[in-house]
Order: sequence, then C-alpha cells, then structure tokens
Amino acid sequence: MLVARGLTKEYQSGTQPLVVLKNVSFEVPQGAFVSIVGPSGSGKTTLLGLLAGLDTPSRGTVTLDGTDIGGLDEDSRAKLRGEKVGFVFQSFQLIPTLTALENVQVPLELAGKVPAREAGARARDLLSRMGLGDRTHHFPQQLSGGEQQRVALSRAFVNEPRILFADEPTGNLDGATGERIVELLMQLNRERGCTIVLVTHDAALAARTQRTIRLRDGAVVEDIAHPEFDDAQAAFARTRSTAATQ
Amino acid sequence: MTTAALLRMAWRESRTARRRLALYMSSIAFGVAALVAIDSFAGNVTRSIRDQSRTLLGGDLSLSARAAFPAVVDTLLDSLATAGVPSARVTTFASMALAQRSGGTRLVQVRSVTPGFPFYGEIETVPVGGWAAVHDSPLVFVDPSLLISLDAVVGDSLRLGTQMFLIAGTLGNVPGDAGIASVIGPRVYFSEKWLKATGLVSFGSRAEFETVLRLPPSLATTSEAATIKRDLRRRIDPRGAAQQEANEAREERGGSRGAPSGTAEDPPRAPVATARAGDSAIATGTGAGGTSAPNAAPTGSITPDSAGTLSSAVPPTRVRIRTVQDTERDFTEAVARLADFLSIIGLIALLLGGIGVASGVNAFVSSKIDTVAVLRCLGATSRQVLGLYVVQAGVMGLVGATAGALLGVAVQFLLPQVVSDFLPVDVTIALEPRPLLLGLATGVWVSLVFAMRPLLALRRVSPLQAIRRDADTQALPREWKDLARLLVDGLLVGSIVSIIVVRIGDLRDGLIISASISGAVAVLWVAATLLIAAARRSTRASWPFELRQGIANLHRPANQTRAVTLALGFGAFLLSTVYLVQANLLGRVQSTADASAGNLLFFDVQDDQAAPLDSILLARKLEVVQKTPIVTMRVDAINGRSVAELTADTTVRRAGWALRREFRSTYREQIVDAEKLVQGKWFADSASRATARAAQPNAPFPVSFEQDVAADLGVAVGDTVTWNVQGVPVRTVIANLRTVNWARFEANFFIVFAPEALRNAPQQYVLVANVPPGDVLAEVQRDVVRRFPNVSSLDLTLVRQTIGSIVDRVTLAIRFLGLFSIAMGIPVLFSAVAATRRARLREGVLLRTLGATKAQVARVLLAEYAALGALGALTGMLLAFGGAWGLTRFVFDDPFDPAVLPTVAIAAGMLLLTMGIGLLTSRDVYRATPMAAIREA
Repeated sequence: MLVARGLTKEYQSGTQPLVVLKNVSFEVPQGAFVSIVGPSGSGKTTLLGLLAGLDTPSRGTVTLDGTDIGGLDEDSRAKLRGEKVGFVFQSFQLIPTLTALENVQVPLELAGKVPAREAGARARDLLSRMGLGDRTHHFPQQLSGGEQQRVALSRAFVNEPRILFADEPTGNLDGATGERIVELLMQLNRERGCTIVLVTHDAALAARTQRTIRLRDGAVVEDIAHPEFDDAQAAFARTRSTAATQ
Repeated sequence: MTTAALLRMAWRESRTARRRLALYMSSIAFGVAALVAIDSFAGNVTRSIRDQSRTLLGGDLSLSARAAFPAVVDTLLDSLATAGVPSARVTTFASMALAQRSGGTRLVQVRSVTPGFPFYGEIETVPVGGWAAVHDSPLVFVDPSLLISLDAVVGDSLRLGTQMFLIAGTLGNVPGDAGIASVIGPRVYFSEKWLKATGLVSFGSRAEFETVLRLPPSLATTSEAATIKRDLRRRIDPRGAAQQEANEAREERGGSRGAPSGTAEDPPRAPVATARAGDSAIATGTGAGGTSAPNAAPTGSITPDSAGTLSSAVPPTRVRIRTVQDTERDFTEAVARLADFLSIIGLIALLLGGIGVASGVNAFVSSKIDTVAVLRCLGATSRQVLGLYVVQAGVMGLVGATAGALLGVAVQFLLPQVVSDFLPVDVTIALEPRPLLLGLATGVWVSLVFAMRPLLALRRVSPLQAIRRDADTQALPREWKDLARLLVDGLLVGSIVSIIVVRIGDLRDGLIISASISGAVAVLWVAATLLIAAARRSTRASWPFELRQGIANLHRPANQTRAVTLALGFGAFLLSTVYLVQANLLGRVQSTADASAGNLLFFDVQDDQAAPLDSILLARKLEVVQKTPIVTMRVDAINGRSVAELTADTTVRRAGWALRREFRSTYREQIVDAEKLVQGKWFADSASRATARAAQPNAPFPVSFEQDVAADLGVAVGDTVTWNVQGVPVRTVIANLRTVNWARFEANFFIVFAPEALRNAPQQYVLVANVPPGDVLAEVQRDVVRRFPNVSSLDLTLVRQTIGSIVDRVTLAIRFLGLFSIAMGIPVLFSAVAATRRARLREGVLLRTLGATKAQVARVLLAEYAALGALGALTGMLLAFGGAWGLTRFVFDDPFDPAVLPTVAIAAGMLLLTMGIGLLTSRDVYRATPMAAIREA
C-alpha cells in the first residue's frame, strides 16, 4: 500500500545543509495500522509530510497505492490526496467558516464526483455514526475538542480513502476523549480495512497499534510489531458480532 | 470541482470574512463613485445642451460682429427676409444705468432685441408674461440683483444713456445666459425700438451685434444649416471663405481633434477674447458702399512724421456665423474638457482604491493560509483554491463597485447644484445607464487586478502548513520568476495605463499622467524604503522600550511601511496639491484686486470728455491717479509685407487672430508694475528720442510688444510693423518685448507706443480716481452718468465683492473635490493598516503575556503609527509642493507662492488620522484580556 525507499530530506540552514531524515525505508501493507514515534525533532512530522505527498523528498521515493508520488506535480498529488488519502491533525484543522456538515462535505465537493445532495446525505450519515447527528450545523468554535476531532475524522473518511494519516490525533484532547478517538480509528481500520499511519508522542497509544516505527535523529532505529493488536481487533470484532447476534 | 460547487463553497467559506473583505474591496467605491458621477454629469449636461442647443443660440443660425454689419450682410438678410426666413437682432453692450428715484448707478450689460427673439425658448420674467409688452413702450427687464444695488423697485424709472425706461419686471432664465453672468454685470433687456434713443450705440462704441435666423423646418437640419452657413460665408467674403475652407480641409486631413476652425483662430490669453473656437470668422472689407462701417471714416493725419500708404485702406469687419451645431459642439467640448479634468481626480481615486484593495486583500490572504493548507491536504488543486478566492474577491469587488456607483449617482444630483451657476443650460438629471455600467465594470476590473496580485500567493501555500505552520511570510512564498505573477503585474499596469489613456482621450496626455502618477508612487516607495533602512540603523538601545519597539516594527518582516506610506502619502499629496493650487489662484486674484491705485474706474472716456471729467473730479477735490490713453488700430504690414500676403503665406506659422484683430494700444514713457521687460531695451528718454527724430524724421517709431502676441505675429525685436491707425499708416520698429500680468485690474496692453507716435491720434481714455466710498462715490458716478451717458464707471469695491462671490462659488466646488480626496483616503488607510493587524495582534498579545501594560502596548503602536504618518504626510506634502508648483507655473502660468502653514496643517491632520486609525484597528490588542486576543489572533 505504502512504500518508502531511501527517503532523505535536507534543508538548507544558513550555509550548512541540515539533514532531518536519513535514508528511511519501509513498507506498509494494505489494512495495516502503523505508528511512527520518536522524540521532538526526530523527523516524525517531516516523514508524515513526505509519505502523504505534502512535501517532496530530497532523495528517495514514496509509492502510494502503486503510484510513485515523486513523479507527480503538486496539483496531481493534490488530486491523489483527494481520492486516496485522509488526514487527521493534532489541532483538528477544521475550516472555521464552515459548519461541521460543510467541513465534512469539502473533499466530496473538491473531487466533484458526487452530486451535492448525495454529498450532504453521506456527510450527515457519517456524522451521525460519529455521534454528532445533532451538531451538524454547528461551527467548529461551537464544538468541544473531541467533537471537533470527530468531525475531522468524518471529513477524513467521507471519501473512503485507502489510507489515513493522523498527526498526533489525541495530542490536544483529554484522556477519555482521546481514548474515544483511538477506538474510532481502530474501528475504521477493522471495519473498512483502511490503512492508518499515525504519528504520536504517546508510547501507550503506539503500543496499541499493529506496528511501531521509531525514529531518532532522522533515522529509523526500531521497527517492531505488536501481535496483541490483531488479537485485540479480532476480539473486538467477535464481541461486536456476538453483540449483533444477541 | 463543478462551477456550482465552487460558487457554493466560495459563498460558505466567505462567511466570517465577508464583511472584512467587503470593506477592503469597497476601497474601490470612491473611485467608481467619482467616475460615475463625472460621466453621468457630463452625460446629463451634454444631453441638456443637445436638447436646448436651439434655445442656446436663440435661433437656427446666428451672425455676429463687433461692429455694425457691412452692407453686404444687410442686403443678404433683407433678401432672406423676402424669401421667408425671419431674423431678429440682438445688440449687446455695457453701459451705466441710473435709477431716477434713488439716484443709484451701476455698470450693466445691456441687451436690446427686436421682436421675434428668441425664436426658441423664452425669456422668463417676473411678473410672468411681462415680456409680451416689451416692444410696445420703453420698458426694461432687469436682473433682480440690479434692483438691490440701485435701491430701486419694479415701477421705477431707469435711465440708459439719454432714454428713460420703466422697470417692468425682473429677469429669470434667458436662453444662452449662464447664471454667473449676472454676477459679473447685471443684465438689462429692452426693445431695440429705443436703442437709438439711448444714444449709446454709435460710431466706435464697443458693442456686439448679432442677428439670429429662424430657418424653415426643411432647412433647419444639421447639413442644410452647414450648407447655408457656407453659402453665406462665400457671399459675404469670398476670399476669406476660400481660405478658411482650405484650412478646414487641411486640418480635417491632419485629423486634429476639436474645433475645425483650428487653434490659429483662438487668441490664447488675450484679455478680451475675439472669437470662440468653432466660430466662422470672416474679414470683410466695407469699402463697397459700406455706409454703416463705424471705423471707416479716416481721421486725418496723426503725426507729421508718419509716412507711406496703407496696403488695406479700410479696416475689415469680421462677421462670425454660427449654427446650432457649432454652439452644441463648443459647449459639448467645454463640458468634455471639464469632465476630462475631473476624471483625473476620479482616476487617482480609483488607483488609491486599487492600492487599498491590494493591501486589504494582502491581510485577507494571510488569514486564509490555514484554510488553504487544509484544502490542499484534502485534495484541492491550486487552481481550485485560487478560483475560490477570486470568486469571493470578484463578488465583493462588485459589491464595492455597486456601492460606489450608487454613491456616484447620489453625487450626480449634487454636482449640478455646485456648478449650475457656470452652466448656460438647465441640466435635467436622468439616470445615465452607460456611465453607471462603465463605472461598475471599471471598478470590478480594477479591484480584481489589484486583488489578483496578493491572491496569487495562495496558489503556493503548501499543504504542509496544515501540520507545521510557518510564519506568514514563509507560508506565502513569492518568487520573482513566477509567470502568473508577472502576467498579473503586466495586466495591472496595462489596465491602469489603458484606462487613463481612454479616459483622457489622448495617448500622449494619458501617458504623461500615467508617468506622473508612477513618479509619485516611485517617490513614495523610495521614501518608505529609506524609512525602513533608517529604522533598521537608527534604533538605539538607550531609547525607551516602547519607542524602540514601535520603530522596530517599521522594518520587521511583513511590515506595513510601504503600503501605509503609499496610501497616506498619495492622499496627502492630492489634497495638498488641490489646496495649494486653489490658495495660489485665489491669493493672486485677491492681491491684484487690492493692488489697484484707485477705486473708481472710468472708461470709454472720449478725447473731448477727459478735461471736463477731470474738472468734475477736481471740483470735489478728488484726485485722478491714472489716465491711460487708448488708440485702436490694426496691423497693416510686417517688415513691408501686407496682412493679405502674410495670411496667404503658409510657410510661417502665424496666428490669424493676431493679424486680424483690432488692437487697443496705448503710449507712455515708462514701463509699469504689471509688466516686465524680457528682451531689448525700453524707450530712450524723451529728449534723446526728440533729438534722434529731428535727425531722421522718417524713422519708424519705437514700440513695445507683449511677448506672446509677438510670437503669434511671428515678429522679434528689430522687426518693423506698420499699423493702420484708423486709416493712417504708422510705421514702428519693435524696441523690446515684455510680459504682462493680465490679472491686474488695470488697463493692460499688447502694444505700447512711444508717446510721439500716437499723441495726436483719435483716442479714448481710461481714468482711475481715488474717491471716498459711500455717498461721494455715488454722487460722482451719478453726475458723470448724467453729463456723459457714454462713459462707464466701475466701482472696484463692487468688483472685489463680485470676485469674492465668484471665488466663493469656485471655492465651494474645489472644497467639494478636496473633501472627496480625504474621504477616499480613509478606507485605503484602513486597508493598509489592517494588512498587518494579525501580526500586530500576536505581538501585542505576546507583550501583554510577558507583562506589558495596555498603555505600554498602546505607546508602541503610537510610536509606529506616528513614524508612518509623519513619513507619509511629509512625503505627500513635499510632492504636493512640487505638483502645485508645476501646475501653477506651467498650466496657470502664474508665479508659485506656497501656502506653507495650511499645508503643514493638512499634513498634521493626516498624521493624527493615521494614528487614530492605527489605534482603532489594533484596539483588540490593548482592550481585552490577553486570552481573548489570543483567540482573535
């Protein structure tokens, strides 16, 4: 699903080149739930930007769902993002002038493939499932942090993306609200098979994902799997189906 | 994304910013308002002129001359009357009016008319319909102001010359008269039946003789009237007509814009205009049985020394023929010129508005970085992003332009009230769709091109900004080699220059104005850049923190120094220039009115009347302070070549008017205060002249020429000019050239002779006396009118009042423009300051968080705005001195006497305004809690 090969990113800092990412390579298969961790300045956000095609690497390639995004110009990358990629940000990044419903509709309207009426219906449905059915006409500043992040999640999923990038999605939320968001992410991964790449500081959160890639000083220092993730997902799925049959 | 989806999203996304964006885009409103108002006004006036052009002329065709018509014209008119073309005569002259009961006297404009006049329109009187009886008995209708100044009432007797009239009523609108005319000299109308009885119009009188014709409907069309005009011209003066037709054909081929008769016909700055552009001027000899020619009688020898014969024995009388179309064209062109001039103000308003839009949109763009970054993450292409905001800017530009257009329509209703006194027609105001749409389109377009520049930066906002936000300047990268940006820049400059050129209607003038405006912009830009550099270098650690911080703000990244300086400086420049020019002109008029030696002016004093008039004054122990002789004459030959030869010679460019005009010259020993010698030497003293003459009795007399008329005649110092002094040739040599300040209330002359040349010529005098105002002055005027009905007297105190009232009206119009300039500067200033509001908010909040008091933050801002305001106002003021100097020196041809104090006051006002607006837009910083401001920022 996502292949990084020899990713290097350099910035010019004064006369000295500053290498923030050094020769990073890894693969993320379809349906995986990967976390990227590391201390401040280790290059996590830079890596996320490169993987999602928000930025271009100094060297190396990123292949997203079979497309080498290094070969695309910015507008083509934008189209690719619109079709296949979803985003969740630490600071939610809802458009302040749009209501919750309108925020969720934006990706559909940008792609222009779904009629306006259907886009509205789909967004409303998604918001209801996030428990925000009665908040659709509120503006971001009228919503709590958790609500805002759920709107952001709905927006990320409205296009049914193949992959979701999340940048510290719980960073600005309290424990319980953060937990609810994590559960939603896991549910989306489980039920829709959506690949998720999550950047976080939070070791506990990282431990709950399928696999953790640890960065330090711009290089991958650890890449470990968490087998208990699959068990947890399977167990959860079982509880759900049991609950459904009861 | 579909267009519908784009529009929908643009509408939703603009939600909170709509008002702010509308404010920025409405900077354009004043420019649009100005253009719409000016164009609509011009449209209204032009339409009114077209509707009333027959009324303006009083008929379909008019013939006029400054002396009685030659016989050939009278014969022609007789035969036309026989053929069923009715005509009416109007004779206009200045005279003294004496109110019999009160004894009040006043110089008036007299107009006698024959039955039938006017053929179109009517003379309005109070009582209504009173005019009908004007030809039955000696009645006059007068301007209401005359009754006041004479202390007379309707029903009183009024004496004009030797005829007594009954004041039958007052005059209202008279076709072709502008309201302001009555301020200069109150009008008196009566029937021509009593003209002879007044004894005022006889040989040598200064009067305008006009005959208007009413053509039958079949001939009253544009082309027929033109044909008749040409036929008349050919019959009256075949040679002159042929020459004029050749000139017209030549100018038509040359594609010259404006009056077909060409500029050579127009005396440029003569104190008495002889012909208006478009007049058909014909010189006709009156030798062929011309009994009515007033100047025909030769008056014998002038000096025993004069030698030679005249090449044209009888001075010609010029007859002007005008059609309705000539009148319409002249007035329409005058209105167009006025509109062109006003357009410059409108264009500057539009440009200032554009600058306001650009700086406002700049601020807007900074506030949209986050949204754009998210949209980019969500898959929006750069074109979609740009489209989104261009739609918003376009709609808001339309809102701004519409507001401007509405304002313009409102102003249009106001304008005629301000200038109606200067217009000869009643302006009917109607909504003019063309200027409205044109103004709207120009406004939307200009606001869009100015908005495009900052908006383009949004294309380059990286989606990365959504996860890692840089400072605004880094988030909005600007590259020099950006093709789209260069294209927009080109479009911007191209649009402005084309709009200016199209509005001014002349490529060269348009380019000059564009260049001047760019020059002013460049000076302001350089001044701002210097300030930035100075701020960077001059800050000292010893300064108080607030001052240091405020000055540092001038050069920090994303500073507003250039934008504010440009907006403010341009406003100050415009306002001060208008003020300076106005003050200079008014000051000159005032000083010239005050500079006269005496206060009572007598003119048209005949040779034999000078001595008795002197004794009237002496009997009252009053002093004559100036006695100026006037001798009328025409050019007969230059350097031995006759006027006819010179006119036919097209190799030398000479102004025809100067060759043909009747010169009113004087003789004296000295040069006077109003004159300045620019070339050659003044006349030698009388003794040495007498000696030289004794040695060479036939030598030409020395003469002094006014510089411009010498240029128009194509003569220089040392050339000989032979004059036809009422039939007698006088040969002169040009001894010197001088300039004349025509604005002074004195008798000024093109040509000044050495006394011996004209001492014995038939002459008139202008006398200036010093008379105590009040009863004595009134008595002197009355006595002189009774004794010499033909002598006019003018009370200069009254003239000063008259000028005062004209000046008041002009000032009103200028103030109106000045206020308009201030008004248009304010939104621009707001936009410019708003551009960096967010940056200042953040900084202010940070300072507050770090423990700064509200007062400290306010002082930081004050320091910054004081520096900005001072620079903008100062640069604007200096530019204004330059601009005003240029205008007064080269356009109004006056010396420049700057009104420094009021200009400094304007600059100070602008400075305060800047500080006020700065504090007002930043009020959030020092008003609420830091937390509230953080949320706002």
